[in-house]
Amino acid sequence: MCRAVGSGTTAESASDTGDDGVKPPPFAYHAPRTEEEALATLGALGEDGKVLAGGQSLIPLLNMRLAAPPALVDLARLETLDRIAVTDTHVRVEARVTHERLRRDERVAAAVPLLRQALDWVAHPVIRNRGTSVGSIAHADPAAELPAVLALLGGWMQLRSVEGERTVEAGDYLLGPLESDTRPGELVVAATFPRPGVRTGTAFEELARRHGDYAMAGVGVRVTLDADHHVGDASAAFIGVGGTAIQVELTEVLRGQPYDALDKAEAIGLARASIDPTADIHATAGYRRHLAGVLLGRALETAVRHAAGQAPPDSGSAPEGPGPTESAAPGSAAPGSAATESAPTGHASGGYREETA
Amino acid sequence: MSTTDHAATATTSPGGTPSGTDVEVVVTVNGVPRSATVPARRLLSDFLRHDLRLTGTHVGCEHGVCGACTVLLDGAPVRSCLAFAVSIHGREITTIEGLAADDGTLHPVQQAFQDEHGLQCGYCTPGFVMSACGFLADEPAPDDQTIREGMSGNLCRCTGYAGILAAVKQAAGALRTTGADPRAKHDPAAGGQR
Ligand SMILES: Cc1cc2nc3c(=O)[nH]c(=O)nc-3n(C[C@H](O)[C@H](O)[C@H](O)COP(=O)(O)OP(=O)(O)OC[C@H]3O[C@@H](n4cnc5c(N)ncnc54)[C@H](O)[C@@H]3O)c2cc1C
Ligand code: FES
Ligand code: FES
Repeated sequence: MCRAVGSGTTAESASDTGDDGVKPPPFAYHAPRTEEEALATLGALGEDGKVLAGGQSLIPLLNMRLAAPPALVDLARLETLDRIAVTDTHVRVEARVTHERLRRDERVAAAVPLLRQALDWVAHPVIRNRGTSVGSIAHADPAAELPAVLALLGGWMQLRSVEGERTVEAGDYLLGPLESDTRPGELVVAATFPRPGVRTGTAFEELARRHGDYAMAGVGVRVTLDADHHVGDASAAFIGVGGTAIQVELTEVLRGQPYDALDKAEAIGLARASIDPTADIHATAGYRRHLAGVLLGRALETAVRHAAGQAPPDSGSAPEGPGPTESAAPGSAAPGSAATESAPTGHASGGYREETA
Repeated sequence: MSTTDHAATATTSPGGTPSGTDVEVVVTVNGVPRSATVPARRLLSDFLRHDLRLTGTHVGCEHGVCGACTVLLDGAPVRSCLAFAVSIHGREITTIEGLAADDGTLHPVQQAFQDEHGLQCGYCTPGFVMSACGFLADEPAPDDQTIREGMSGNLCRCTGYAGILAAVKQAAGALRTTGADPRAKHDPAAGGQR
């Protein structure tokens, strides 16, 4: 990739540009090649250092001069931290993976469908081409989709510094609006999203004034059905209606309901009472509260159908076939005890389950 | 990496590049290697416009919302106002100047914008055209709804969008006929463009 500057290159002078056309405040710039170098640089900079990943949130803040970090540590030239790992138990996404790459990955969509369901709503494709999924969780925008996904699936962030490594669960990592538990000197190396268990369906619904903009309100839902397709367990995570993703446990109000005749009123009421929306130029707090309930209703319907579509109701005791990896827990005992998602033999409706791993 | 990689050499030194120090950035723009020495905080949009004097890329909002500044980075559409030039050192950019043929024949997407009245003042047009080129590379045969979603990241204050959507549809058809890569410089010899 090296190119000799000079002969084959047109070198232009910057002398006439001066400071014009420069919007962001000045910063010292670092572009480490290796993770070790990145950690050493971040460690030396301490409070002064800020990680630059895709820049789709940080550069707007710099352009508007809402932030003025003394130094940026750009991940653009790192030769590592760009992998997506799909295993029997989880999807692990490293720091440099863009939203769009993650969204398009068929293995990811099969293992953790909620990721694609949510990423379809994240910004516009042009933004997704640069913005990273880890960066969006680190940024902790209250209207961002992926923090809700991480919370809903019980995922965690892996952070490294010169002092060592920490693993922080979603609930502890997401502290408030634009506030995550990333300490000075730390680099988030990956986010891990556990695969949902058997008969678990997910969905993401939101409303924005223009598809791709931050949502006025949105919700991710996870529902697990029992063997005869009654709700066993349900949870929702709301975005845009509080300081961070707000998770609401719905098991108490939905347990035992048949998947094809859900009574959602109590769940919607509980959700509306649990969120804390505020007003802005796009919507009043009341409208957002109402909207959140409507979106929850839709998402629940989609999620239970998604769950039911994975396996027919169980007439007796035989659970689904073994997980994608034959060596995974055979699952002949308690259904749901196996950590791996079952891939039904043959294809479930909706084509969710093509196993490409 | 060799030491001719100036920007990289400067930026990986233990202290990094202190604020105010200029870095040399080398990128391939529309197939031609170009370089300039700029502050690290130079946005790619300003690098193209001010340093390389390629003023076809327009700048509207400078926070990622309007899409006027869209260019292709290694073939994928990105906001040039949301990248620092130094971050894309060594990579390839295509701007609106890189689409028409050398003899001036318009690229099928440009031609379609003209035919379908996809522009009025033209301020948003370079961004729309570049977004459309990236979009059509992924979606060669989009339906109307897919086109709407694909173009939803760009704003136009004049046209009301109907002409733009029609233009993208026409361009999709034209490109399917010739089989040309929507992101490549137009080659009039390769297909039935007028
Ligand atoms: C027009 C527009 C619309 C958008 N709409 C949406 C939307 O609907 N939903 C949505 O979720 N997002 C949206 N975004 C934001 C987008 O998803 C961003 O990409 C994302 O929020 C941040 O990712 P990034 O890689 O760009 O991070 P950057 O902007 O580079 O960084 C953001 C913050 O995270 C920190 N950070 C990033 N990576 C790390 C790391 N590895 N370790 C430690 N700290 C780190 C940075 O220091 C910075 O503070 C939108 C952006 C734009 C411009
Ligand atoms: S100028 Fe870049 S998106 Fe508006
Ligand atoms: S033609 Fe004027 S802004 Fe689009």
